[in-house]
Amino acid sequence: MTANATRNGAVPGETLRDWLISDRPRSRRQASVGRAYRAWRGFSSNRLAMLGLVIVVGLVLVAIFANLLSPYSPYIGDLRTTRLLPPSPAHWFGTDDQGRDILSRIIQGSRITLFVVVLVAILAAPIGLAVGTVAGYSGGLIDAALMRITDIFLAFPRLILALAFVAALGPGIENAVLAIAITSWPPYARIARAETLTIRQTDYIAAVQLIGASPWRIVLRHIMPLCVASVIVRVTLDMAGIILTAAGLGFLGLGAQPPMPEWGAMIANGRLYVLDQWWVAAAPGAAIFVVSLAFNLLGDGLRDALDPRAAK
Amino acid sequence: MNAPPHLPSRSPYDPMLVVEDLRVSFPRRGGGRTEAVRGVSFTLGRERLGIVGESGSGKSQTGRAILGLTAPEGRVSARRLMFNGVDLMHCTPRERRLLRGGRIAMVLQDPKYSLNPVMTIGDQIVETLRAHTRMSFSEARTRAMAALESVQIDDPKRVYTLYPHEVSGGMGQRAMIAMMLIANPDLLIADEPTSALDVTVQLQVLAVLDALVVERGMGLIFISHDLRLVSTFCDRILVMYAGQVVEEVSAGRLADAKHPYTRGLLNCVPKLGASVHPLPTLDRLPEWAL
Amino acid sequence: MSTGGRGDVRLLRASNALGRFLVVILLTYLGLLAVTFFIGRVIPIDPVLAIVGDRAPEHVIARVREELGLNKPLWEQFYIYVSKVLQGDFGRSVLTSNPVMQDIRRTFPATLELATLGIIIGAGIGVPLGVWAAVRRGRLVDQIIRIVGLVGYSVPIFWLGLMALVVFYARLGWVGGPGRIDVVYEYTLVPVTGLLLLDTARAGEWEAFANALSHLILPASLLGYFALAYISRMTRSFMLNELAQEYVVAARAKGLSESRIIWRHALRNAMVPLVTVIALSYAGLLEGSVLTETVFSWPGLGLYITNSLQNADMNAVLGGTIIVGSIFIGLNLLSDLLYTLLDPRTRTR
Ligand SMILES: Nc1ncnc2c1ncn2[C@@H]1O[C@H](COP(=O)(O)OP(=O)(O)OP(=O)(O)O)[C@@H](O)[C@H]1O
Ligand SMILES: [Mg+2]
Repeated sequence: MTANATRNGAVPGETLRDWLISDRPRSRRQASVGRAYRAWRGFSSNRLAMLGLVIVVGLVLVAIFANLLSPYSPYIGDLRTTRLLPPSPAHWFGTDDQGRDILSRIIQGSRITLFVVVLVAILAAPIGLAVGTVAGYSGGLIDAALMRITDIFLAFPRLILALAFVAALGPGIENAVLAIAITSWPPYARIARAETLTIRQTDYIAAVQLIGASPWRIVLRHIMPLCVASVIVRVTLDMAGIILTAAGLGFLGLGAQPPMPEWGAMIANGRLYVLDQWWVAAAPGAAIFVVSLAFNLLGDGLRDALDPRAAK
Repeated sequence: MNAPPHLPSRSPYDPMLVVEDLRVSFPRRGGGRTEAVRGVSFTLGRERLGIVGESGSGKSQTGRAILGLTAPEGRVSARRLMFNGVDLMHCTPRERRLLRGGRIAMVLQDPKYSLNPVMTIGDQIVETLRAHTRMSFSEARTRAMAALESVQIDDPKRVYTLYPHEVSGGMGQRAMIAMMLIANPDLLIADEPTSALDVTVQLQVLAVLDALVVERGMGLIFISHDLRLVSTFCDRILVMYAGQVVEEVSAGRLADAKHPYTRGLLNCVPKLGASVHPLPTLDRLPEWAL
Repeated sequence: MSTGGRGDVRLLRASNALGRFLVVILLTYLGLLAVTFFIGRVIPIDPVLAIVGDRAPEHVIARVREELGLNKPLWEQFYIYVSKVLQGDFGRSVLTSNPVMQDIRRTFPATLELATLGIIIGAGIGVPLGVWAAVRRGRLVDQIIRIVGLVGYSVPIFWLGLMALVVFYARLGWVGGPGRIDVVYEYTLVPVTGLLLLDTARAGEWEAFANALSHLILPASLLGYFALAYISRMTRSFMLNELAQEYVVAARAKGLSESRIIWRHALRNAMVPLVTVIALSYAGLLEGSVLTETVFSWPGLGLYITNSLQNADMNAVLGGTIIVGSIFIGLNLLSDLLYTLLDPRTRTR
């Protein structure tokens, strides 16, 4: 692949790869594309991280095409003929006490898992980002107060607090998501604050201040966007924990309610039969394990690729 | 636990240390290797050899390679690396370890980082001794106090119980020297051992090292930035530049040095009465590094 | 400076630091109480309706509201709440109709025993594994230990517990099943500490001891594995950091053996931050007992909290939350104190 003549400042005979890994980028765009390319090369040479990525992409595809992929209905089984059947070619993962195909339920359940993960990220990351950037940019008393609150939340037992929240709000998947989000923002606030403190020192922010931009505008338009990347890495690393917490809430009967095919709740259901019909609990647990392992691998790989210091 | 018995004892006629074509290289990020030391050769008897050169010229890496302390990712090669008739390149790791600290010792460059922060100075000195000789704890303690005293520490009892962060840089440096000398090595490599000392203490510590060379016949490799100090203290001087020895001169004949880099260094040493304007600068010609 | 003077200065500095630290702890504790108060009083639709039911006549509702102090301003309610909690009064459990504090006292030793054995297993194996991985960095063992750790914090622990019960209890019969001890021993035992291993050993009832251990070992190993995953990973990273330090080169220059350099020098330094990791893991196990105890029908605080949750017994839930939260805060304090003890640099700072 040779250099495209329209690319800015391309040198004849330079390959695309040379252009990407050049030590002397000739434009800001080349520098940032090059940086992304190097991070991607670091990431893609990490086989475990790639495995994680493949599984996560697989999860998303399964969730999108759940209806097409499910061989049976996830909600309705035949109580007379298909109750508690062991794994077989007809039912790969067996059937549960209601005669429902477990594979179909797991496939449908991927939607719930994805829903939880995405929603927690959407709720918790902005809270953390807002608290962290405001604290870091304003400094002084506001900073001290906000960080004190963050530290207080960090010192809490997160799982039990989430349990208490759900108990008070009433069981249900939405409340479970809310409870997890409320207890998982503090680390993001810490990270965002640390980033903000370094960004605040830059000439670029000084220039914006000189133009007369309001503090709100600076935080919202100029600081927050720069903090997003590191918060995203941290969120990816936390995904596995979020999935496990949500599954734990489901297992205790506080998350998704029957007949929703939530994986944790499915384990709780399978627990009743576990000594004789182990497969009812085995399959959803294995699904949780594979997905959270994938998120862990992906998160590790992302962090290593974006932060070479941590790679060692 | 002294040196392994099968190692030949040293004959007074051989040089103590023979280094021939020593090379140390490190992997470079993104592939390839950088050579930190590129074919250094010298011999050493019971004398004081100075190594000078600018920062990054490979002085410390030369010393570390002789002890076998190169970082694991580094690669060391040499045509010959002999210490008292022992071929260091073909020793087992265990044999090398027994030589280290007991017969070859090295004072590391920065006392702030080379002392263990969670162990008292005294414990760290005693530890060297007990790694090389069978000796009761109380005897080792007495020896450690004596060693501290010998490097001009006034209150050895107190310093013995202090943690590294509680002593000054100069005191740490002297404690380091005591730690490395306590097992009576035949060869001491001292990497800038006096850089944190004020002039009077510096002279006292140099006198201690000097006495060991003269009285016990210890060999000393003295690494320094300070050309003037090295020229007054050492018998011979190696001048290093970019991983190579560019010149070897005896201290008395430093004025006759031929290599332009050495001459440049010499010009940077201020002389009384001479005009310092314009401030001398060092030339670095790319062909010197070839 | 005389040695006595030095000591005084140290003491003064230490007590200053302690004072500042106690303020932080106090604030955190107040925060915990505020959050539990908020959950208990503000979030539920109406605590009065929860008690009297939604068909009660108007005057009954008003009376109950007054009895509960719910007509007072919020800050006054909070004040009353805090002073009650500080006296150990969490109200009565609807489920057991005992004072919540009494229930907690009864159930806590079971959790303590489980989590303590868990952290002993987790740290006892996790630290050496982490050291080993760091020393053989990039080799096969390092990879294997990394995978073992990754699996440990990717696997839902309650599910692993179920599967382990199926294999080791139902199929192989190697361990005791759910519960703390077989029923036959349950009534012969006089609880002194509430820790069955200690109680049986003190009474010299070795058969009961073995039985209690056979029940304990599986859930404790699971919690231990869970802790090991985190501890070994952190140990590895702290050790890599220490092994790259210059004092390690100096220790080699002294001719010390590799094992002495690793365990006595590098690990001793790595222990300073590791203590915090271990303390936090311990706290995590106490909290994680909520799930493990449910799986193993372990009659501890976790199971108590879960049962109360499922019956919307908020007094019990919040009491349990406050106790676990207090332990968290206490362990934080403890790890900071240990940090100071282990690192001579912080003692004089
Ligand atoms: N672990 C390593 N990896 C890569 N390069 C290294 C490593 N250690 C040393 N080097 C390189 O080796 C070269 C020589 O280093 P050395 O420490 O010997 O210099 P020096 O002459 O002692 O300098 P100074 O006077 O500053 O102590 C330096 O350029 C350094 O960057
Ligand atoms: Mg050096």
